Amino acid sequence: MATKTGVPAADENQPVTLSKEEILRYSRHLIMPEVGMEGQLKLKAAKVLCIGTGGLGAPLGLYLAAAGVGRIGLVDFDVVDFTNLQRQVLFGTTDVGRPKISAAADRLRNINPEIQIDTFETHLDSSNALELFKDYDIIVDGTDNFPTRYLVNDACVILGKPNVYGSIFRFEGQITLFGYPGGPCYRCLYPEPPPPGLVPSCAEGGVLGVLPGIVGTIQAAETLKLIIGQGEPLIGRLLLFDALAMKFRELKLRKNPECPVCGEHPTVTKLIDYVEFCGIRGEEAPSTVTNIPEITPKELKARLDQGKDIYILDVREPHEYQICNIHGHLIPLGELPKRVHELDSSREIVAHCKSGKRSAQAVEFLQKAGFKKIANLKGGILAWSDEVDPKVPKY
Amino acid sequence: MAVKVIIPTPLRQYAGKQESVEVQAATVADALSALTSQFGDLKKHLFNEEGRLRSFVNVYVNDEDIRYLEKDKTSVKAGDTISIVPSIAGGANPERI
Repeated sequence: MATKTGVPAADENQPVTLSKEEILRYSRHLIMPEVGMEGQLKLKAAKVLCIGTGGLGAPLGLYLAAAGVGRIGLVDFDVVDFTNLQRQVLFGTTDVGRPKISAAADRLRNINPEIQIDTFETHLDSSNALELFKDYDIIVDGTDNFPTRYLVNDACVILGKPNVYGSIFRFEGQITLFGYPGGPCYRCLYPEPPPPGLVPSCAEGGVLGVLPGIVGTIQAAETLKLIIGQGEPLIGRLLLFDALAMKFRELKLRKNPECPVCGEHPTVTKLIDYVEFCGIRGEEAPSTVTNIPEITPKELKARLDQGKDIYILDVREPHEYQICNIHGHLIPLGELPKRVHELDSSREIVAHCKSGKRSAQAVEFLQKAGFKKIANLKGGILAWSDEVDPKVPKY
Repeated sequence: MAVKVIIPTPLRQYAGKQESVEVQAATVADALSALTSQFGDLKKHLFNEEGRLRSFVNVYVNDEDIRYLEKDKTSVKAGDTISIVPSIAGGANPERI
């Protein structure tokens, strides 16, 4: 569902001009020959669609709006939550619980009431991507999952629209410009998404809050350069950024003649919804672990209160243990095989993690190792917090 | 010949948490084989069951993609840098597991 706010974009039949107020607002652009009146009018006439209003979309939206991009589309379906505020600087504490789209539109409108903001509160998928993209000149990919990235890439290639790409992982970012006529696309670089099970799990999640700020700001700079036609765009160049080392590196990107979507004999000719078989948001493969004995937090609490001798095994990472714990014995899942001797198979063991998946793997491993009296804490420490002890913080 | 292999953030956990590893190698294949014999867990993240590089992992010698050189037979010389560049999706909220 699209809603439009702000001043309507210039009628394409009318010459674009700047009002007196706009001239004052954009004066620091206008006095610079690389932008000038010509560039500012191009910005005013430009139509940019931002996919995602999260960590990358935040600085992107802020700078595009401030710079005077005449029409900005925002696509997101999420609601602002407390864990977003560490990096999604579009939002404030009072926005928690609001749709991101509404909070983002309000913020951008406040920064620049002269521009048009289109909001699309929807999941981007194969049924709506082409229709959504067709009215815009440039698409900026600020998403957080593989299925949407492939969808955005393929739709941009099919429509011949540039795709300003940025992605992040913990301390590291990748930025480039895909889909520019004659230039490479995402599938030239990576023909297929990773299969489930080989993507990072939440034991490796998290991101330095400022990282999407830096990467999203670079995406904004590339978008603005593309509109005003200045400088060297990041076409055919993959910029790698490592915030820990504080280093930028650049690698060559080539258009792959065998690319499945933009190559000479494309095999991808329509949009694909990878969601069906490739988890979103970097989740792991759906658990194939079945018949794992489980215990609910309430049952565990009752048994502990009865004075039963239960050994609680926490298979999370040490930094997660520091956030909260229920006094379990910490052996991270990855270390379990070599530390299994620390466990006493004659005792009753309950394994837990954050929400139950890693500990299910631990239980399966220990069962194979001959442990009989073992169960998985259903829902993990998050469920323990919900059902037994709300003093345990959730993360 | 000593070449530096840069390990990307997502794979550092399988490589002793190191940012880069120095190996002795004459080709990219040598270098990756030296790397995976030192860090066995890296193997399944770099190669598929047939022993070919996974489609979401690219390897560069200096700033050039080995797919446009001689693939894993690309020769390396002392002082070269090999970069392993996996696709990353972004996102700070992996599913709760």
